[in-house]
Parts: sequence; structure tokens; C-alpha cells
Amino acid sequence: MQYRTRNIYLIPYAAWIVLFVIAPIVLIAYYSMFDIDGALTLGNYRRFFTPVYMGMAVRSFWYAFLVTMFSLLVAYPTAYLLTKTKHKQLWLLLMIMPSWMNLLLKAYAFIGMFGTYGPVNALLSAVGIGTKQILFTEFSFIFVAVYIFVPFMILPIFNALDELNPSLVAAARDLGASGWHTFRRVVFPLTINGVKSGCRAVFIPALSLFMITRLIAGNRVITLGTAIEQHFLVTQDWGMGSTIAVFLIIAMGLTMVLTGSGEEGRQHVK
Amino acid sequence: MKKVMQVFITVFLAAFALVGVTSYLNSSNGYSGADTLTVYNWGDYIDPDLIDKFQRETGIKVVYETFDSNEAMLTKIARGGTAFDIVIPSDYAINKMKAEGMLIRLDHSKIPNLKHIDPRFLDLSFDEGNKYSIPYFWGTMGIIYNPELTQGKEFSSWEALWDTDLRSEILLVDSAREVIGVGLNSLGYSLNDTDTDHLQEAYRKLCELTPNVKAIVGDEIKMLLANEEAAVGVVWSGDAAIIMDENDKLDYVIPSEGSMVWLDNIVIPRTARNIEGAHLFINFILDPENSAQNTEYVGYATPNAAALEYLPEEITGDERFYPGPDVTDNLEVLANLGKRMLGYYNELFLEFKMHRKRA
Repeated sequence: MQYRTRNIYLIPYAAWIVLFVIAPIVLIAYYSMFDIDGALTLGNYRRFFTPVYMGMAVRSFWYAFLVTMFSLLVAYPTAYLLTKTKHKQLWLLLMIMPSWMNLLLKAYAFIGMFGTYGPVNALLSAVGIGTKQILFTEFSFIFVAVYIFVPFMILPIFNALDELNPSLVAAARDLGASGWHTFRRVVFPLTINGVKSGCRAVFIPALSLFMITRLIAGNRVITLGTAIEQHFLVTQDWGMGSTIAVFLIIAMGLTMVLTGSGEEGRQHVK
Repeated sequence: MKKVMQVFITVFLAAFALVGVTSYLNSSNGYSGADTLTVYNWGDYIDPDLIDKFQRETGIKVVYETFDSNEAMLTKIARGGTAFDIVIPSDYAINKMKAEGMLIRLDHSKIPNLKHIDPRFLDLSFDEGNKYSIPYFWGTMGIIYNPELTQGKEFSSWEALWDTDLRSEILLVDSAREVIGVGLNSLGYSLNDTDTDHLQEAYRKLCELTPNVKAIVGDEIKMLLANEEAAVGVVWSGDAAIIMDENDKLDYVIPSEGSMVWLDNIVIPRTARNIEGAHLFINFILDPENSAQNTEYVGYATPNAAALEYLPEEITGDERFYPGPDVTDNLEVLANLGKRMLGYYNELFLEFKMHRKRA
């Protein structure tokens, strides 16, 4: 009886997973086998390994890597300072709040700020540097992407730091470790799982960014996400779009494997 | 346990109720009969006073619904469950709708006002003999520029875009056919060229344009040009009119080598229930006076030659939006090149976007 009850509980989750996780992936894999005329082929995969798509893939990885790295550089010290503040939950909330706002809205705000007549350029000319082209550059793309993703990096690192037993740090200092040593040998290794899950939360979505490549980078940055969008909406070459999506899924899976699963980490910390 | 089951049952019942309501709403949208007419059009693309006038004159009630892209419109009609009597798609969408049997042949005897349409806009490649479609508004593709920022440079030729003075000053629309078309036109080839050598040549020519390209953007191009973010843009005339409305310093020109002409057209889709009323409506819109009134409201160029008399000289005399036959002879409608060729155009466009800037 009890066993049966448990099965009933499982139904909604199983249905959810089958309908919204497994079925879409199977469909994508299925569509990737068809060419533009609807004939069964593996040509899409061959096409993916041509310089055009390979170049795009390399760039996607490079930009995702840069975005993740800068997010980490910003997020770690921020999360560290957060744990030292008095009202840390309040500060954390303030940090997270911007991520509740619509992405499109934020992108448009940045267009205004980075524009030739925007406040950033006004400031630059006021201090004598002069007007620079900021919008539609790789810099602006990475800046905005980091801005968008930083909360997702701060949160897991903050949690890991918050759970860190302060007496371990005190013990390291007592035993004569310098501040840098304490960080490198004690704090960082104990929070590595927070860093890993933060990197995953940033790297994976950054890999398939597409909207801000047009709005902020003016298509000067081309990623695989752009190509998928174009194949589905303009060319109607769903096969090629799906093939790229299959590669992205594989890449994301690999990222998960390489950064280890979060489960084991949590046990260590607790 | 009981409670959990109750929650489940409630959720399922609610879900089914919602499904029921949705299908009811879907079926009721566009319930046309003899006394109603459902028009499916772009937002704000007809003078509402004309709809009132049509209702008063004919006693047919008009239901007006809108779409914001040809693709969205196609999907909705293909999915079925709609009863639109009049739809206003762009030229390339007509091709698709024709191929998929989504259109009803027009009865020209019921549209006597067809004679007012300028023959330049009739019998075009996407619908020879206008068996299925009637032109509604038209426009071109060209260069919009800010004379203050470009120091009186001439833009009567596409070649002007390649000028080294325009480093990082040009905005392009994010659309493959249009941008590759600029390359083709500048080389004197047709916009509908399918010769891969010519296309490669156009691609290489476009790569030389890269240092001048500031960005390739979508609808934001209007805002960016009106705010003087860039000095030059390659845009559709409809967008150009909107931009110049906001910033009157800018000017629009159709390059002499040739360019693209686009048309939005009235059609009767297969789903129509009030075919008689749809013909009445088309004829009503084509009436010169009504057409002129509509043109003043919408602000695009009308293909209705007889309507021009009712429009003020400052509108019809504007060569930028009502170019003479010497210019329109060089303009081409985008032809349907087939999925494969479209795929090739898009891949070239992707490669062009990836081409690095050599500053």
C-alpha cells in the first residue's frame, strides 16, 4: 500500500520529466537528421564541422569562458564581503534583485547608457578622455553579460562562504598562515563547490546567448545561439538549427561532468 | 493522502477548464458569417475611420485583428481554427501562401476599382496576373543619412557606403536578403541572383565594408538612427519615414544602381467565410478617396494612382517616397529563391557577420 502511494506521488514528476525534458531532447535529435528538404541525412553534422560553424563554436566557448571568468572575479570578493556585513540577507537581496527584471529591459537601458550621447560617454568627455565607441563592441558585450550573470555566481559562492566554519580560518591564522595562504589553502578549497556550481550556472547559459549579441554587440559577436535563431526563424532549416542545439547540449553535458556534480560537495561542507 | 489527491484533482480540473476556455476563445476569434468580416492586418495599418465608414455603408460588421510578423500570421492561419476573411501579408509571404494553397482566387469582376492601381505594381513575380493579391502599400530600400555627420557626402550610389570616411558609421538591418542584396546591387547584379560566383563576389565585397559597419541590428535601428548613434543606415523606406518623423535632419535616398521594392498586399485566405464581403472590402479600400485617406493615416506610399490626386502635393511630390518610373524601373521585388538558395544566402550572411573588423 505504502509503495503504491509513493508511486502516485511520482506520476507528476515523471510526466513532467518525460514531457518537458526527455521528449524535447529526443525531438531535437530527431530533427537534426533532416536536411532542408526534409530528407533523412547526416549532412547537418558534416556541415557543423566546416570552418563557419567551427569558428562560431570556438567563439561561443571563448566568450562564455571570458564571461564566466570575469563573473567569478567580480562575484568572489563580493560574496566574501557580503558574509562580513551586518545585514547580509538584505545585501544579498539587493544584489539578486536586478535579476528579477526583464532581460530585454536591461539591454535597452544599456543601449541608452553606452550610446554616443549616453551618460558614460558624457562622463568620459568630462574627464577629458573624449567620446569612445562603447556600444557594439566586445567590451560592452562582455560587460553586459557579466552584469546579467553575476547574481547567479554570487549566490552559490555566498552560500558556500556562509557555511564555512570561521574557526577553521582562525585556526589557520593561529598556526601562522598568512592571509593569502589561509585563502589559498583553507577558504578557497572549502568553497570550491560553490565556485563550481556558480561557474556552471554562468557558463552554460552564456554558451547560447543570442539576444544581447544583437542588441548590445550589434552582431559584432556571433555565437551558436545566433545561428540557431537564424536557422529556426529565417532559413527555416530546422535540421541545422537542431544539429547546433545537439552540440550545445553535448557541450553543456561535458561542462557538467568536468566540473563534477554538486551533490558530493554539499556533503563535504555540512 | 486524501488532501494530496484533492489538490491533484483540483489542478487537473482547472487545467481542463482552461483548455476548454482556450479552445472556445480560439474558435470565437473571427467568427465570420454573412454580416461580419474579419480583417487580419498589421497593427495600426489602416485608418479606423475607414472601417467605420465601411460598416455604415454596407452594414457588415468588421472585426479587426492584428499580427506583428508575416511568420506569426502564417503560423496562425496554417494552424487553422481561424476565420479571417482579409489578410495583408508582404510579397514573399504571398509566395508561401500560394504554394501551400492558403489563398482563394480573386474575382476581378467584383473589384472594379482595380483599374486605379498603378500598372507598375501589378503583375509582379510573386503573383503574376494578380490572381490572388492586390497591392496595398509599397516602399523601397535605401540609404538614410545624417548630412550634419557626413559633411555633405552624396549617397546616390551604393558605392558611397564603402567610403573610408565612414569608419564605423553604418548601421545595417539584420536581414540576409537585404544585406547581401546591397552587395549584389553595388556590383550591378540582380537581387535575386542565384549564381554562386556572383554571390561569392558580393560576399567578398561586403567583407570590405566591414570596417565601416558599426552594427547589424533589428528594429532598434530606428531608435539608434533617430538618436544619431550612427551617421548612415540601410533601411526600408517605411522605417526611414518613421525615423525622419522623429529627427528631421536625416535624409533618405534610393541608390541609382537599383534596390529592392516591397509591397504589402490584400488577400483572401482559404479560411474566409464571407468571401462576398471580402471582395466588397477590397473594392472599398481601392476607392481613390478612401485610399488617399488611408495613405494619409498610415504614412506609407500608396500604389493607387487615382488616389494621388486627393493627396497633398507635399506627400506625392516627395521623390524619396514616390520615386518616378526612372527609379522604379531599377527596383526589384524579392523573388522566392527556394529554401536551399535562401539557406545559402543566410550562410553567406552569417560568414559576413563573423568577418572581423580590420580597423
